[in-house]
Amino acid sequence: MAEAAHTGSPTPKLYWMIALVLAVLTAIEVSVPYIDALDSVTVPLLLLLGAIKFLMVVGFFMHLKFDRPIYRNLFFIGVIGALIIFSVVLLALQAF
Amino acid sequence: MTAVDAAGEFRKVNDDDTGEHDVGPVRKTAMWVFLGSEAIFFGAMIATFLLYRNTTNDGPGSEIFDIPFTSASSFVLLMSSLTMVLGHHAYERRDMRQTRIWLSATALLGATFLAGQIFEFTEFIHEGLKASTSPFGSAFYMLTSIHGAHVAIGVTLLLAMVILAFQGRLFPDRGLNVELVGLYWHFVDIVWIVIFTVVYLLQV
Repeated sequence: MAEAAHTGSPTPKLYWMIALVLAVLTAIEVSVPYIDALDSVTVPLLLLLGAIKFLMVVGFFMHLKFDRPIYRNLFFIGVIGALIIFSVVLLALQAF
Repeated sequence: MTAVDAAGEFRKVNDDDTGEHDVGPVRKTAMWVFLGSEAIFFGAMIATFLLYRNTTNDGPGSEIFDIPFTSASSFVLLMSSLTMVLGHHAYERRDMRQTRIWLSATALLGATFLAGQIFEFTEFIHEGLKASTSPFGSAFYMLTSIHGAHVAIGVTLLLAMVILAFQGRLFPDRGLNVELVGLYWHFVDIVWIVIFTVVYLLQV
C-alpha cells in the first residue's frame, strides 16, 4: 500500500499541535499590518510567516517530510518554477 | 521494472540490477506532478494580480478588503486541512466511523469557506468593485474565483468520498483515493495561505 511508504507518520496529537501553531501564526499575521512599530519589516515578516505556514502544511499534513523524496522534488520543481515566473514577470514589467 | 501493489497500483520498484528508483504508486506520483504544475499556474496568477494591484481606474481598490472577515475564512480553510489529515489518518487505521466524521467536517468547512467567498464578492460588488471595473478588479476576481473553483471541486470530491464511505464502498484497498483527495485539499489550502498573505495582508 502507498501508506506503507510513510516512515514515522505523525500522530493525531502532532496534527492538533501543528494546527494550533498554524492558528497562532495566522493571528500574528493578521495583527502585523496594524502594528506601527513593525512598519519597516511588515513585508518580510508577512512573507516569512506565510512561508512557515506553507512549509508546515506541506511537510506535516501532506506528509512530504515523511514520504518518498521524489514527491518533494516533483512538487518543489513546480514551486521554484512558480517563483521564477513570479520574479521574471514582476521584474520585467517593473512592478516593484 | 514495474509491479502491482496491494491497491492495484502500478509502481516502479527498487531494482539493484536496473538501478531504477522507487517512485511509488503512479497515481500518487502523477498527483504530485499535477500539484507542481498547479503551483506554476497560481504563481502566474498571483504575479498578474500584483502587476495590476494599483490600476484601479479610480474605482475601489484594496481598501475595501475586510481583513477580519477574510481572516476568519482563512482560519476555516486552515482548520479544514486538520480535519482532512485526521480523516486520512482514521482511514489508514480502518476506523470508518471517524473517517466519515472527519471527511464530512472537511466538506462542511470547505462549503463554509465558499459561502464566505460568495458573501465577500457580493459585498465588493455592492461597493462598486466588479471584474469589469478595473484591471485590479479583473485580476482579483480571476485569482480568487479560480481558487474558489478549486475549493468547489475539492468539496465535490470530499462529498463523493463521504457518500462512498456511508455506502460501505470506500474499500481498504482503495486507500489511495482518500490520500489523493487529501493532497488536493491541502494544496488548495496552501494556495490560499499565499493568496491571503500576498493579496490581502500585504495590500493593507
